[in-house]
Amino acid sequence: MKFSLLVSTSPASSQGAMTAYQFARAAVSQGHEIYRVFFYGDGVLNANALSTVPQDEINLPRAWDEFLTNHNIESVACVSSALVRGILDSDESARHKMAGVSLLESTQIAGLGQLVDASMQSERLISFV
Amino acid sequence: MQQKSLTFIARQAPYGSNKAKLVIDAALAAAVFEQKVNFLFMDDGVFQLVQNQNAESISSKTIGRALETLELYGIEQALVDSVSLEERGLSAEDLAISVKILNVEQVRQLAASSDVVINL
Repeated sequence: MKFSLLVSTSPASSQGAMTAYQFARAAVSQGHEIYRVFFYGDGVLNANALSTVPQDEINLPRAWDEFLTNHNIESVACVSSALVRGILDSDESARHKMAGVSLLESTQIAGLGQLVDASMQSERLISFV
Repeated sequence: MQQKSLTFIARQAPYGSNKAKLVIDAALAAAVFEQKVNFLFMDDGVFQLVQNQNAESISSKTIGRALETLELYGIEQALVDSVSLEERGLSAEDLAISVKILNVEQVRQLAASSDVVINL
């Protein structure tokens, strides 16, 4: 089956983000396709490359980055959600004259049209809250 | 573009978090891309509909303005769950915009007949 994931909670404050990641891994390992992961609202913090966690915890942004890259899965951080939370790619960082880049390599910044497209192109859109 | 029916469910009260706004924004985006959009208020989401709100004193945006845009963008099906209204002591005359009130069976049918249901 072709899935897309809508992730709207932060790794630091909600289990929903980890559930989304585990769902994605399970789906791929069973031969399903993931069309797109869309990070929305606090969910864009899953794509925060500058997140650091204690040694005995999982760095979820890093785990997403590896997973998305290894399986060549597209992921998008909603632009308005991302900018307000300081999740910037090099273009946005330059445009807003900010000090650095904080978006994962594997993720792009784009608009809500990508969420609508994901719901069009996928057999199931799963929302993780 | 192919057309699907999307049902967005607003379940959160308007000002404690930005979830209410996120659901509205996503629904408006779907409407812009000419999808068939239903918008259902359920659980604490019905508080978004209460009339005469003013969020200025908490430096937030009053939700009514955003809700009025639903119709502007062609989202004609604004719906509310009757049980959620009743549980919170609300009735049709308390509401700021015109919405169709659905009973439990109609809510079930709405979800079942939609291609995509989006909760946040």
